[in-house]
This record gives sequence, C-alpha cells and structure tokens, in this order.
Amino acid sequence: MYSRWYKTLVTVPPLAWVILFLVLPYLLLFSYSFFSVRSGTIVHHGTLANYSTLLHNPMYVSVLLRSLRIAAIVTVLSLLLAFPLAYYVSFHAGRRKDVLYQLVIIPLWVSYLVRAYAWKTILGGGGVLNALLQHLGFSPASFLLYSPFAVVLTLTHIYTPFAFLPLYASLEHIPRSLIEASTDLGASSWRTVRTVVLPLALPGAIAGATFAFVLSLGDFLAPLLVGGPSGLMISNVVVSLFGAAYDWPLGAAVSLCMLLLVLAIVFAAGRLEKRYGLS
Amino acid sequence: MTAPLPASRAPRWLTLFAFAVFLFLYAPILTLIVYSFNGSSVGGFPPANWTLHWYRLLASDDALWSAVLNSLAVASAAVVLSLALGLPAALAFDRASFPGKALFRRLVLLPLILPGVITGLSLLMLFATSGLKLSLFTVGLGHGTALISVAATEIYAGLQKMDRRLEEASLDLGATQWRTFWRVTVPSLALPLLAAALLVFTLSMDEIAVSFFLVGRDNTLPLEIWSRLRRGITPEINAISTVVFAFSLAAVLLWYRIRRLGPAESSL
Repeated sequence: MYSRWYKTLVTVPPLAWVILFLVLPYLLLFSYSFFSVRSGTIVHHGTLANYSTLLHNPMYVSVLLRSLRIAAIVTVLSLLLAFPLAYYVSFHAGRRKDVLYQLVIIPLWVSYLVRAYAWKTILGGGGVLNALLQHLGFSPASFLLYSPFAVVLTLTHIYTPFAFLPLYASLEHIPRSLIEASTDLGASSWRTVRTVVLPLALPGAIAGATFAFVLSLGDFLAPLLVGGPSGLMISNVVVSLFGAAYDWPLGAAVSLCMLLLVLAIVFAAGRLEKRYGLS
Repeated sequence: MTAPLPASRAPRWLTLFAFAVFLFLYAPILTLIVYSFNGSSVGGFPPANWTLHWYRLLASDDALWSAVLNSLAVASAAVVLSLALGLPAALAFDRASFPGKALFRRLVLLPLILPGVITGLSLLMLFATSGLKLSLFTVGLGHGTALISVAATEIYAGLQKMDRRLEEASLDLGATQWRTFWRVTVPSLALPLLAAALLVFTLSMDEIAVSFFLVGRDNTLPLEIWSRLRRGITPEINAISTVVFAFSLAAVLLWYRIRRLGPAESSL
C-alpha cells in the first residue's frame, strides 16, 4: 500500500540522524578509550593503558562493585514494593483503579531532580527527619545522609514506578478466568498467587527489574546529592574524569565498560523475557 | 486491558502495604512542598512561621528567570526535533521493512535505558571533535536526539490504534501518498503527536545528565537549581521545586488525559 518512495522517505532521515548523533558518538567513545593524555592534551595514539588502569587501580574496581551492589539492592527493593502494589491496583482497586495507576505513574515522569533533592532535605544533618527525631526526644542519627543507605533509599524511591509499570502491564494481561478457575478448584488465594499469578507476571518482573537495575546503576544525581564519598557510584567517576580530572580517555574507557554492561544486561533480560513469556 | 471484574476484597495487610508504598512515593514531595512555606529555616520540626517569603524571593530572582527562559527554549527545540524525527521513525517501524530494521529500532530506543551520562558525554565528544561550541543549541540537540525514543514510542502506540481504512480509502479515491500523509495520517495522529510533545517537553524541562555535559555559559533551570544546591540548601530551592513540580504535574496529567482519549491500550 505504501510506495517505495514513502518507505524511503520515512526511513532515511531518522536513520541518518541516529547514525550521526548516536552511532558516531558511541564510536568516538570507543576510539577515545584508546587515547591518552599527556601534559594536558589528548594524544591520539592507540594504547591499552586506560584499560590496564581500570583493572589495576582498586578504586575503579571497588566503585564498580559498589555500584553493582547498590543497583542490585535497589532492584530487589523496587520489585518487593512494586509487585504487591501492582497486584493491589490490578486486582483489588475496583473503581479507583485508574486513579491509583496514575498516582504511581506520575512520579515516573515528574521532577527527577526535585525528588532526589527532597530526600536531601529529609535526611540531611539539619534535615526534617533528624529534627523530628530530636523533637521526639531521640538523638539525631548522623548515618542517614551521605551514606550508601541514603543512595539506596533515594534510588528505590525514584525507580519503584519503573519497576511497577511492566509488572502492572503483565498482571493486567492475565485472563481473569484463570484466577477464577484456580479459586473454584479450591486453591487458596496465596496458592493462586504463587502458582498462577507469579509465573505469568514473570516477564513483567524481568522487564521491571531490568529498568530498575540499569537506570539505578547509571544514576549520578542521587549519589552526588545524598551519597557522600562512601556512596559515590560509577557515573560520578565518569563525571569527575570528564570534569576536574580532565582525563577524557580514561573517562571514555569507564563509560564504554558501563555501556557494554548495560547492553549485556538488556540483551540477557530480553532473552529471559522471551523464554518465560511464551510458555 | 482486560475488562474489569468486580474487585474482590483485598486482604487488609495488602491494602495497608499499598498505602505505605504510596506514602513512600509521595511523602518526600509533600515534605518539600510544606517546607517551602516554612519561615524558620530549611529543616526543623515542626515547620513554623508560615510564609510566602521564598516565593516572593523567586519572583524577583533574575538569574532564575533567565534559566527558566533558557529551559523553555531548549524544551521547545527538543519537541520540534524529536517529533520531526520521531514521526518518520514510528512510520518506518510500522510500515517499512529493510535489513537491519530491528537494530535501527533498538538504536532509536537506546537512550531510554542508557544512563544519561553516556548519551551526554558521547555527544560532547562529537561536538568537541567537530568544533561545535557548547551552548543552549547543543543542549537542545542532545535533548532532541535522546527524546526521539520517547516521541517514536508514543507515536508508534498511536499508529497501532489508528484506523488504517481511512488511509486506504484516501489512496483508493485517488489522493497521492503525500496528500494522504498530510490530510489523513497526520490529522489522525494529532492526539498522539500532542501527547508526545507534552511528554518530551516535560522530560526536557527536567533533564540534567545530558545537559550537564552539553551546556555552555547559559544554564538550564535544572542546572541552575543544581548549582545552587552545591552552594547550600535554602528554602528558596524548595519553592522553585514546588513550582516546577506543579507545572510538570499539570503537563503529565494533561498528557495522560490526551492519551486516554483514544481506545485504551497501555504501553510504555
């Protein structure tokens, strides 16, 4: 129905744009990671020095491991919060379903900076939570701000709606007759959840976990706002290498590792979703 | 979406749990809003001396207003760019077939899941290599490029709901492809296009990771807020944040409304 001209016209401009402004920059990132810096200027001469620095400087390895750990904890917490919530909204919300769904989705799109900043005002030394504790007669808790704990809390807050969305979509697609059949055959509601709902929600859970993990792994704002030195993550290292430290090649090498890691995770998650989605 | 069954009664603990999660999602924002009216200091409990002082301070803050104007310009540019490329991209996903199409689609959607830091710095390398000076223009280019993913997704969802017989009828009646595109396709996609524009606009107004790398001398609003945060927290930032939150909330509610006008089908 559509002519070849039509198809060419809708394909070529976005394709060209994507090649120029996404593919080419990624290739530049790749090539920069083999350059080096000598006395303040970038030397365009191939070397593996950056990668050997990454492997041998324990700072990079430990920040990466910390980032992975924080992202994993955030993922688990987001799923633990999002699944019961999605289950409640999908199965038990009744007429308020649409309103409640919107209430979860709004924070997904709104004011990322504001929400990260809000936690700083709450957890801070002179912040709301400490003032509340003192008001109630407790001593202030100094561990709250500038710790990996604060980063986990903030990131869980930010990425729970991302975990919710695909989970909810997969719950919505479960035929209600299956639930009825299970109940009619005498299964308890707990057993129905375990043997009917959970397996069918698995692809949604995988997608939600991927979002939460990948996005929190690469987050740089929350660690900078509430993390302190002990809560810094891999993106903060990249930012400082591109800023104050002025070592673009090393920064490029770190980001390339991050890029490949993200792609590998997304690819693996896609495979898993397919595997559990069809059965 | 499946037809809603009469909702069965939830166990009490589940209701409580769901309520607690909502509290977790909204309590920080509410705290921030409450403390923007707090006269005594940044923190402190309970908040006291209710005041509009911080909002009056905002109104006469020139640096802030120029950052708002900068952000509006960047967001408008991002909307134009992402729709101009997102619409053909969505049509290509839907209608064209060519080798590497799946890869093309993944590439377009990549900025959705890639850390903003990577998108930002790889574009920085492109601009540095090509000698383009960093300015609001480069920020707009960056936002527009990253948000093609969002625009294309929204428009593609709209295309799936569109009545294709209208296009067939137009072609059968002798209209050219070009005329059909402008007189049938684009008008039928008016709502998804509007929804995409709203969403891209909101996201651009709030974007920080890409802007961080691509900004020149003129700050966008989030970067201005960011640089003030580094100097220390003042209740004025709470007031700015409250205003920002109110506007993006309105935009997102409008987006959701528009989206729901069509036949219901949800997708990200």
